[in-house]
Amino acid sequence: MRPEPDEPVFHSDWERSVLTMFPAMAMAGAFNLDQFRAAMERIPAAEYLATRYFEHWIHSMTEHGVRAGIFDPQDLERRTRYYQQNPQEAPPKKAKPEQVDALRQMISNGDEYRREVEAPPIFEVGDQVRVKPGASTTHTRRAGYVRGKAGEIVGVHGAYVFPDTNAIGGGDCPEHLYTVRFTGAELWGDEPNAANTIVHIDQWEPYLTTA
Amino acid sequence: MLMSLEHDIHPSPGIVPRSDEEIAARVKAMEAILVEKGLIGSDAIDYMSSVYEHEVGPQLGAKIAARAWTDPEFKQRLLVDATSACVEMGVGGMQGEEMRVLENTDSVRNMVVCTLCSCYPWPVLGLPPNWYKYPAYRARAVRDPRGVMAEFGLHVGDDIEIRIWDSSAELRYWVLPQRPGGTDGFTEEQLAALVTRDSLIGVADPLTPEN
Repeated sequence: MRPEPDEPVFHSDWERSVLTMFPAMAMAGAFNLDQFRAAMERIPAAEYLATRYFEHWIHSMTEHGVRAGIFDPQDLERRTRYYQQNPQEAPPKKAKPEQVDALRQMISNGDEYRREVEAPPIFEVGDQVRVKPGASTTHTRRAGYVRGKAGEIVGVHGAYVFPDTNAIGGGDCPEHLYTVRFTGAELWGDEPNAANTIVHIDQWEPYLTTA
Repeated sequence: MLMSLEHDIHPSPGIVPRSDEEIAARVKAMEAILVEKGLIGSDAIDYMSSVYEHEVGPQLGAKIAARAWTDPEFKQRLLVDATSACVEMGVGGMQGEEMRVLENTDSVRNMVVCTLCSCYPWPVLGLPPNWYKYPAYRARAVRDPRGVMAEFGLHVGDDIEIRIWDSSAELRYWVLPQRPGGTDGFTEEQLAALVTRDSLIGVADPLTPEN
């Protein structure tokens, strides 16, 4: 780990723009939260590991922006070259006060991912469960390191937007969400630095089977 | 100086595929298109970046932790329903719509990670530091928590249980550290000054009156 002493909130000016493009492009209908995350996961692994965090956002915004017809790839390249050759030039400025108001609302109130469903939860606190082992080629929160592992339900939270369907434009399809507790031994065997450790991860109902 | 900046902000030093100038040019091109199409306001960029640079940051989490150290009833409310307790303090919103606080004790230490990407309780901690978002922390926190903590200067014996919370859903976790010794009679404000961002993530202890 190499924490940066007195790390600034933004390392470069362009990070300010990228941060705000996230809600702006979401408001424009370019992506939802899960689609946004899914596109970051489609970055080739070597590139993902070698690039800065906000470059992952740029990648996702570009992919979705092109798909949504907001960006024309050739226009984007042409303009990029222009700004590379004219680094002192700033993009055009135009105010959008209603967007400032919308952001103020969003920052203080947030978004709602909880949904009401009729079906009661299948599992309850204390149940022993196993995370389904299969691979996934699309976005999921069924993290690789818990697949096939056995744990215990320690929290039952109600239903939330299901990322797996939302990420592929398949809708909210809300599912019950649980906190599952795994022992370090179950996940990592006798790895010395994982001795006497517990890992909790939140999992949606379709990820789980009875252990 | 420039070399050390590159070293700190790139996840894999030595592989720097795009310069800061190249990324800046690409972002200006994106911003120009979004401004021309009326999808982003220049004032919105200034507003949102300013909120996370000057208003919403770890000083808010520190204030809440300090209150929990001095007000046992508030602490109880915070541990039972962090979202509501934070609202009492005027804190809440985007990327922290539902929060849960984990209490460190003599026998248990908690630590927060998002192995998927970068989920983090924005309303109490602001935007995450780079190390939190980079693959090394995300991969190692769940498997080698003692090793990671040691690199932050915290040596945790095997007799203490480490509980890791992988933020895989829209529930956001953060840690209530233990109040440092030698702080009897300290005001909330004096105590808040001891609470660091890293102690609220769980990778470090709060400062002590001596340091």
